[in-house]
Amino acid sequence: MHVLAVNSATGVASVAVVNEEKVVSEFFLNTSKTHSERLMPLIHELLKYSDLELSNLDAFAVAIGPGSFTGLRIGLATVKGLAFFTQKPVVGVSTLDGLAANLPYAGGLICPVIYSKNNEVYSAIYINSAGGLERISPYLALSPKELVLLLEQFDGRKITFLGDAIYMFSEDLLEKLGSGLRIAPKEHRMPKASTIGCLGIEKLKKGQVDKLETLVPFYIRASAAEEKRKKGRV
Amino acid sequence: MNITKILAIETSCDETSAAVVADGKYILSNVISSQIKFHREFGGVVPEIASRKHIENIVPVVRRALMEARCDFEDIDAVAVTQGPGLVGALLVGLSFGKAAAYALNVPLIGVNHLVGHIYAGFLTGEEVNFPLISLVVSGGHTSIIYIKNHGDFEILGQTRDDAAGEVFDKVARAMGLGYPGGPEIEKLARKGDAQRIKFPRAWLEEGSYDFSFSGLKSAVLNYLHNAKQRKEEVSFEDTAAAFQEAVVDVLVEKTIRAASEKEVDTILLVGGVAANQRLREEMASSADKKGLKLIVPPPILCTDNAAMIACAAYYQLKMGNCSDLFLNAEADLQL
Ligand SMILES: [Zn+2]
Repeated sequence: MHVLAVNSATGVASVAVVNEEKVVSEFFLNTSKTHSERLMPLIHELLKYSDLELSNLDAFAVAIGPGSFTGLRIGLATVKGLAFFTQKPVVGVSTLDGLAANLPYAGGLICPVIYSKNNEVYSAIYINSAGGLERISPYLALSPKELVLLLEQFDGRKITFLGDAIYMFSEDLLEKLGSGLRIAPKEHRMPKASTIGCLGIEKLKKGQVDKLETLVPFYIRASAAEEKRKKGRV
Repeated sequence: MNITKILAIETSCDETSAAVVADGKYILSNVISSQIKFHREFGGVVPEIASRKHIENIVPVVRRALMEARCDFEDIDAVAVTQGPGLVGALLVGLSFGKAAAYALNVPLIGVNHLVGHIYAGFLTGEEVNFPLISLVVSGGHTSIIYIKNHGDFEILGQTRDDAAGEVFDKVARAMGLGYPGGPEIEKLARKGDAQRIKFPRAWLEEGSYDFSFSGLKSAVLNYLHNAKQRKEEVSFEDTAAAFQEAVVDVLVEKTIRAASEKEVDTILLVGGVAANQRLREEMASSADKKGLKLIVPPPILCTDNAAMIACAAYYQLKMGNCSDLFLNAEADLQL
């Protein structure tokens, strides 16, 4: 089973081909060019270097969120176009699950943090258990301070942070988490497409295919206009 | 004989649209999914909500366009997408989908300027369109007089320096407590009003200018409403709407007809969302008639944002070899 995976949820543009045995190929670009310009060319080049055609693929996996609203939609619209016109299945994978999967053997808590607007981050808390990575919190949108408060409740546990929003946590704030705190090294820190592809294969094997028509980004947040209205300010 | 079928996708604002057009003439399908009801309560288009609706709508809309056109994937000869101008987040949904579609189908990709799309709606009317011509593109986002010498040869003679005509309709409608979008509401009221009773200013700008400015007119209407309220005077919304509409129409028609005379063209093309305004159509028709000019106005469904016009424009681009590559990007203020 060959799966083409796309992750454009953050500033990183990454595409990968994975199958049950291995990661076949992967591009990872943490540069400033826009996703819409480079995503399709990257997919084209990746398939070319992998000696694959679109017709050789069995499914598509896409990082479904949370993350940059526009980035998520560029990735999903691209995958919807590919999946619709090749009539192949598509599966959405949580960006946070994918990011946590960068650190499969880390002990203690794993805490991916993805940049969100309004001085907040998207996050969730994971532990590595016998059955693999396990999420032990809901998917969250909260301020760095609120996240640290939440993590303080896991007194004495080692905690590893990763993700593009690490810089939003001040030294003072991180000190609260004590000596058990670690920051993932650069090469494991950012979202990739291969982890989305591997998690996607697991979902596909369980028959968890998404419906192309109704698959939408997992935003966590309502649009700013809707949030404002909910608060009765409109 | 070979027929060229183009699948086009348009998501520049708040309509998700897909169409299949054959040989730039025959509309096989033109599916438009309007989001107006989702934006109405906010009094205008909310960009983030528009983008969210586009990603929900894109597959069903494209699927229906292909079905109505009785097209299989292998019948599609090219994919066209609106590249800009428009709301960038909204554009990106259609653009990303369209790029993937062209790649998956292994057919040419054609990025189309939304304004050019509006102009080419004129080529879908069944009437013969002869160059050179003058086109007035008038909508919620644009008010431009364009001199067109041939396919792909556009020269902007004038455009709005502030609000687009459609925008002013929306703002004035809001000031009168009418719903969004304002154009149809004002038009409905104006039909019952006297356009001569209130005098609103017309901004002709410098001698010979083809540019537009509607901010002065907007202020005049808002002031009129405000002053009347202060003095506790009864305001006739019908007369206000009629007088306002007349002021917009007067300037649009005069400048367009003058451009046609100066450039010595025989044809005027009236396109864009505001071209659905009946009063504008009537005035333009009677003025064109007096000058012996031929006026082409597409039916309202082709004046609003739709993908058939994008497919039509793409057909002529394809014939000229003006195609795009996979690096194509959305541009919020793409120039002509
Ligand atoms: Zn338009």
